[in-house]
Amino acid sequence: MELKPLIKVEDISFGYSRKTVLNDVSLSIRAGEVVTLLGPNGCGKSTLIKIILGLLRPATGTIFFNGENILHIGSKSLAREIAYVPQIHKSSFPYTVMDMVLMGRIPHKTFFFRYSKTDVDIAGGALERLAIAHLADRAYTEISGGERQLTLIARALAQGARTFIMDEPASGLDYGNQLRLLDQIIKLSREGYTFIKSTHSPEHALWIADRVIMIKNGTVVADGACDDVISPENLFHLYNARVNILKLNGSSFGVCVPQTICGCWKDDNDQCWE
Amino acid sequence: MKRSLLFPVLSLILVLTAAFSLTLGKYPLTLDDITGFFLLKMFGVGDDIDPEHFLLLGNLLIDIRLPRILAAILIGASLSVSGAAFQAMFVNPLVSPGLLGVLAGASFGAAMSMVFFDSWFAVQSFTFLFGFIAVLIAVGIARMHKGNTILLLVLGGVISAALFTSLLSIIKYIADPFNQLPAIVQWLMGGLSLVDHKTLLAAGIPQVVSIIVMILFSGYLNALSMGDEEAQALGIPVEWIRMLLIFVATMMSALTVVLAGMIGWVGLIIPHITRMLVGPDNKILIPASALIGAIYLIFVDDISRMLFNVEIPIGITTSLVGIPFFAIILRKAKKGWN
Repeated sequence: MELKPLIKVEDISFGYSRKTVLNDVSLSIRAGEVVTLLGPNGCGKSTLIKIILGLLRPATGTIFFNGENILHIGSKSLAREIAYVPQIHKSSFPYTVMDMVLMGRIPHKTFFFRYSKTDVDIAGGALERLAIAHLADRAYTEISGGERQLTLIARALAQGARTFIMDEPASGLDYGNQLRLLDQIIKLSREGYTFIKSTHSPEHALWIADRVIMIKNGTVVADGACDDVISPENLFHLYNARVNILKLNGSSFGVCVPQTICGCWKDDNDQCWE
Repeated sequence: MKRSLLFPVLSLILVLTAAFSLTLGKYPLTLDDITGFFLLKMFGVGDDIDPEHFLLLGNLLIDIRLPRILAAILIGASLSVSGAAFQAMFVNPLVSPGLLGVLAGASFGAAMSMVFFDSWFAVQSFTFLFGFIAVLIAVGIARMHKGNTILLLVLGGVISAALFTSLLSIIKYIADPFNQLPAIVQWLMGGLSLVDHKTLLAAGIPQVVSIIVMILFSGYLNALSMGDEEAQALGIPVEWIRMLLIFVATMMSALTVVLAGMIGWVGLIIPHITRMLVGPDNKILIPASALIGAIYLIFVDDISRMLFNVEIPIGITTSLVGIPFFAIILRKAKKGWN
């Protein structure tokens, strides 16, 4: 039985003045999936993300959330369902981590609000879930990049949303923090959270995505299970870069290995050849 | 300081500063004189005061010193609250009513209506209208270009302020040089000595309402200071909330020009000092800025009128106190936006 899609994007087009950014994009996302958007710089990934979040209005096309047009869902109700986890950023003001996470409670508040004890408890619970409760009173501007990313995820949890949309969440994180981020995403997806995230690293998709959607020049060029879509041919088409995809020593995680760099390749004895 | 004590302590300091300032002046009074006068005046109790002395006290306190102190409270609170709010909603710790051109626009509007119309209503409306236009020009210039948004908005504000300063010069040039020109110049330099009951009510009521609205909306300022996209993704109707808050912040700060001319730097340094004391959470920062700004302005006004035999225009004093102070705290304040 085909499950009803959670998010359905139908024939979306979008452009700024003369430039077309997205052209007739359609896709659907089921609840609980981890979907990765892959594509070169400027391909329209971020625009697509903003449209799904309701931040931009598409020129044509419709987005349905649970069968309802998102333009008909109030922005507050939508925020209780879909959370935006931005790239780590530097705040202009040294809010505490707790202040940041409490902002996630705004969609649950009425007009002139004060945070209640329940809000503080929910925010504290979100911090605990990500094991950063000890940071609650630290200034967001003074913690590390990895901790900031976790804070933003905690805010999304406090928001109560079950669908997280992340725009290049790994960018700006060091290697270890990138892996811990993927780890966190997998853990949450096992609890039923849905993820739509864009990335520049095909390997991140290989490691944690259920599904990969490739976008080039504003159109979807491939959409399917990770192992089917991430192929040397598709990656060449997408990035104009030749890579091999290997699985080493029975590991379930694939890696992308460049075939050549500057026209060189290495043989088994680690010797470079033209 | 404990959060629960913050507002009682600040309010107490404000009341004490105000009471102390009532004693200051060419005719020094003691706190006993003042409490005695108010007890008798309001409740009819306490020691009898000789009627002539009672009249003198009434004149001094009710007609001269109290309006002045209330004006200082309103101006300090309005400039500080609007400064803190502008900083949050434009995600920019370097802006203030002065730097966004509000004060220049408001001064132009006020001077123009002083020359061409002779009604209080016109003065107020034009002060607010041109203050508002000035912010829109500053923001418009910043939005026209891509790049460092913090820098561009400051630049937009500088341009907008320069534009209205030039327009103000035109008004000065065509003003009657014997009556109008000295009045405009004197009043723009800033002074609380001319504040009367009528002006106080006319400017004070919209200011108090604006400050209350801003305090009610202060929870949204935190989210707005994360940038438009994040705020909107948190379910906030960013466009109209920001327009409303710009409107309210401009209203309160433009009306300070009606009360006492152009008073610079308060809207920039008080939010920074308050942020250093209570943190950046706008739900606390906004009301705390109001109290600290009010205390600061009473204090600076005391200096203005007591330091020398002649009163120094308060706009000059706030700049002279504010500029070195800002230079000193810049290092610490910079932390937030680096």
